[in-house]
Amino acid sequence: METQKTALYDYHKTLGAKFVSFAGYEMPIQYKEGIIKEHLFTRTNAGFFDVSHMGQFFLEGDLTLTEALEKLIPADLKSLKLHHSKYSFLLNQDGGIIDDLIITKTPEGFSIILNAACKENDVKEISKFLSKEHKSYFKNDYSLIALQGPKSAQVLEKIINGVSKLKFMTGDNFIFNDSNLFITRSGYTGEDGFEISIPNNKVVKLVDLLILNKVEPVGLGARDTLRLEAGLCLYGHELNEKINPIEANLNWAIAKKRKNEGGFNGWEKIKKSIQHGSEKTRVGILSLEKIIAREKTKIFSNDGQEIGLVTSGTFGPSVKAPVAMGYINSKYSKIGTKVKLEVRGKKYGAEITQLPFYKKNYIK
Amino acid sequence: MSEKKFSKKHEWILLNGDVATVGITKHATELLGDIVFVEVPEQGKQVERDGQAAVVESTKAASDVYSPVSGEIIEGNKNIVEDPSSVNSDPEGDSWFFKIKVKDKAEIETLMSKNEYDKFIEENPS
Repeated sequence: METQKTALYDYHKTLGAKFVSFAGYEMPIQYKEGIIKEHLFTRTNAGFFDVSHMGQFFLEGDLTLTEALEKLIPADLKSLKLHHSKYSFLLNQDGGIIDDLIITKTPEGFSIILNAACKENDVKEISKFLSKEHKSYFKNDYSLIALQGPKSAQVLEKIINGVSKLKFMTGDNFIFNDSNLFITRSGYTGEDGFEISIPNNKVVKLVDLLILNKVEPVGLGARDTLRLEAGLCLYGHELNEKINPIEANLNWAIAKKRKNEGGFNGWEKIKKSIQHGSEKTRVGILSLEKIIAREKTKIFSNDGQEIGLVTSGTFGPSVKAPVAMGYINSKYSKIGTKVKLEVRGKKYGAEITQLPFYKKNYIK
Repeated sequence: MSEKKFSKKHEWILLNGDVATVGITKHATELLGDIVFVEVPEQGKQVERDGQAAVVESTKAASDVYSPVSGEIIEGNKNIVEDPSSVNSDPEGDSWFFKIKVKDKAEIETLMSKNEYDKFIEENPS
């Protein structure tokens, strides 16, 4: 498959981006400042991220559409208010996670933001439940820009009047440069922020204005360190088709009403995990020594048994320590449990810790 | 003191008498990105030419640092262990990785000169 480029590709080049191939797209991994500075700038000011590789999928239909989507999405879509968003996932018949997503109620139906690497397969999975009356399409002529950081609201308000009134996990339509934008207050960094869906031919104009207002570009590298500090899952690392939401410690993301009524993919298996506990659990791991436990690092108990695997690990620039997430035998998942991480053939001390590593600053 | 030489694995080496100082190049630090941890070898450790001698961890990945020559480690630079980011700011000066007592000086002669290395990285940018 030919590598794809977002509408901002040339713009990223002028900003000094280093590119990496990600999910079939040439994406900026970092700019001139580097990952740590970009990360810290996002936490203290505001950074923008080009996340146009993600799928902006739209569905149109009546109540039958809602019912169809509820077969594989365990959110309470029937009660979802107009322009309100929920974090959820697509489930397979075993309760495994096909993808994680943000779903928003639109006047015509729903919009779903899907992971770039999963989006084509997601549509196949969703389509299994759709009927002829339901319309669905990707908005490929729209870019998606994430603006993240404590100064996001004051900066974006200067450019687009009214955005600062949005509540967390809600969105609305706004006019910018004679175009309609859909903006949600959400993000993936543990900071306040927005995701802006904007026509490709207007995105340069918007980013110009952001930069004029001292917003700096942030690459996928810092996006990863930010989300990891915030304890957020990355599909393909913490989540995959063999992991169910209970194992992933995402029980909170399954609507209570759906748990009472069931009727979605994998519910029987998920119910068992809720009732009897899961064998393994996603946890946060804080390294007590100067080593980084990266993906696939083995986790051992203090008495030498292999009890788990790291799924993501890096240095957390804000917590100033190595941070990791992984799956561990649930017996050892209690906060404060001491474990060992095997790095380069040597075992190092670490501790199961509360997530997030970095405390959130969302506007509720 | 002789001329600084360079390896294809992006180490530099500078011989002074029997002892050489080894570090990683500016180009290497640009590839690595922000360096957050460094492990340097213990004094007395024997290393082979192109053998793993140190480790450098950036936000992106962990990478081995190899010794361009065989010999015995005289000293690992504790300063870069304390302040790993100094490797990003001064890789070819104060932020050397280790000093090594060189077994066979002829090994150094086979390494690249500054000009040869610059040409090498131009042809092999990553």
